[in-house]
Amino acid sequence: MNHAIRADKFLLDADRTTWHDETLWFVREKRDRAAYGVPEFQELRELASGIKNHTLSRLDLYLQEFEAAAQANGVHVHWAADAAEHNAIILDIIQKQGATRIVKSKSMLTEECHLNPFLIKHGIEVVDTDLGERIIQFRDEPPSHIVLPAIHLKKEDVGDTFHTHLGTTKGESDPQRLTEAARQHLRAKFLAGQVAISGVNFAIAETGAVVVCTNEGNADLGVNLAKVHIAAMGIEKIIPRLSDLGVFTRLLARSATGQPVTTYTSHFTKPAPGKEMHIVIVDNGRTQQLGRPDFRASLKCIRCGACMNTCPVYRRSGGHSYDFTVPGPIGAILSPNIDMKKHASLPFASTLCGSCTDVCPVKIDIHTQLYKWRQVLGEANEIPASKKWSMKFMGRVLASTRVYGLGGQFARKALRLLPHGLTHAPSMNAWAVARELPEAPKQSFREWYAKQPAPAAQPTQPQISA
Amino acid sequence: MKVALFVPCYIDQFYPQVGIATLQLLEKLGVQAHFPAQQTCCGQPLANSGCERDALPIYKHFVQTFSDYDYVVAPSGSCVYHVRKHFDKLDQTADVQHVRGAAYDLIDFISTVLKVEELPGAFPHKVGLHLSCHGQRGLHQANESEMTPVRDGQLSRLLRSLDGIELTNLNRNDECCGFGGTFCVSEAGISARMGQDRVADHVRNGTQVLTGSDMSCLMHLEGIVRRAKLPIKVMHAAEILNGVMVNA
Repeated sequence: MNHAIRADKFLLDADRTTWHDETLWFVREKRDRAAYGVPEFQELRELASGIKNHTLSRLDLYLQEFEAAAQANGVHVHWAADAAEHNAIILDIIQKQGATRIVKSKSMLTEECHLNPFLIKHGIEVVDTDLGERIIQFRDEPPSHIVLPAIHLKKEDVGDTFHTHLGTTKGESDPQRLTEAARQHLRAKFLAGQVAISGVNFAIAETGAVVVCTNEGNADLGVNLAKVHIAAMGIEKIIPRLSDLGVFTRLLARSATGQPVTTYTSHFTKPAPGKEMHIVIVDNGRTQQLGRPDFRASLKCIRCGACMNTCPVYRRSGGHSYDFTVPGPIGAILSPNIDMKKHASLPFASTLCGSCTDVCPVKIDIHTQLYKWRQVLGEANEIPASKKWSMKFMGRVLASTRVYGLGGQFARKALRLLPHGLTHAPSMNAWAVARELPEAPKQSFREWYAKQPAPAAQPTQPQISA
Repeated sequence: MKVALFVPCYIDQFYPQVGIATLQLLEKLGVQAHFPAQQTCCGQPLANSGCERDALPIYKHFVQTFSDYDYVVAPSGSCVYHVRKHFDKLDQTADVQHVRGAAYDLIDFISTVLKVEELPGAFPHKVGLHLSCHGQRGLHQANESEMTPVRDGQLSRLLRSLDGIELTNLNRNDECCGFGGTFCVSEAGISARMGQDRVADHVRNGTQVLTGSDMSCLMHLEGIVRRAKLPIKVMHAAEILNGVMVNA
């Protein structure tokens, strides 16, 4: 199943599509106001991009510097080549503690590695403590957005979910009451948590510290109550110095939600006395992407989600239509690296309008990479055969003036003569699902031009020799 | 100044009046453009579909056709953007580099090469301007809402100079219309919905004439307007500007 088919399912509910589009556009507009409000916003983007480019160019060195600094702080550092190793390392830490109750704050990496089902299979309770994450965990759904994981749900949907799982009154959809129910439920889970797992927004090579940005404070509460903290990070989360951090924190929340900064920016440097801190550093395909010059820059991503909020396709197709942990434009350039065949339709789920590139706080050339992935997929025969052969045919026609001229005459004549019901049958002509074809004129521009008297057809300029 | 007119394939076949208006408008602005008859297409439909390799003969044909001209002017920013940005796949001979730099969108040519900022004439209608993404974000012909709240651009300046015109103030000034080349059929559902939403913005804010400088977006939007039988006339900007200059 490709993106277009999944998108069509989303579009069936036209009102919900409108609501989803408008909700995310509202976030995009908040982002705009926040960006306009910082005169040096474009300079910040340039700076952030430069820092990330530099870091990626010597990632191995910065990772080693980070590891040494973290170990000096008394932190256990683990390296995972892939999702399976990541999951096994985390299970091992948990089992050595004899723990069975885990609280987890938001981490797209653990989603990517499918950590939750893995731990649950091993008899461990995992509670996502971010409100949006908890909602979709109850519903057994993947996140549909990396910052707003339950953005595909309306408050009435949340009310139904909480009625089933938390026993709130049936039909209750007041956000205040629903949030309060979640708070009471999560408070008990926090207090019982033995191991806290968090993601990492930034890992500072110089200090060995990790920085976690949340709005709910759930990472802090989880980590401070549990005996053991496990922070999972992709290798691309590194920044060189603590003094670089401000560039990113100024960009992250403004780009994500239009806030000046996230409510909590928590620095975890060393374990408290009597406690343990672990950092799991994960590759899982990232070095392969680093080895692709055209797509390397995708690793600069700081997971703000701005490209999703601005993407006119994402807003109307929903995050689940991408069928990948990270949806939207950034997901469409990350996913083919992981599984080219499965995600072959994603780089085509774009008009290449370029808005994603323009909102990206670290200046990833997302739409250019979408275009380049299309070429890689075309060369690898991962595009539909009908498209491939029609494009080969078009290539022949359009490289020849004569064939093109005759073909155009024939097509226009056919359009004029064939009945509307045939030329506009949606089963044969996808254009016609919602659009009329242009009215085919009797003569093309070139036919008209050839009949013009001088000087139009006989320019004052010298003719070129073909 | 030797100026060639490039009439993109779909304009040649379906919107000859746009090619004619472009030619006549340039003539009124003192530029005698020539239409080299061997031209076909820029190759974008193939390349955007992942078939760049099959487009290379088209690129070469394009360069051969236009290499002897100082400027290649087209009423479609998207094709121009493709020539400028994606002809990097060819060996960068002097001809290739020249043609990439010589390619201009019509409105860009009028504004930056001819340095015409205003035109005489009247167009007493409420006009909705559709900014094409490739013209705006690709060729920087208009400000982007991602960067600044100031809504300004080459075409809006030219249109504003006409007497009696009122430009529609849209809720979303520069959202993509959803045409996207082969996207319009491979993702037909989303493409249609995007176009319908764009048209609805114009309807809501009173557009009588919907215009732009890229006929490909307008072909898509016109298809939606006609299917829904809306009282909106879709015209390429060249048709408006050429029309008012007749009366001038």
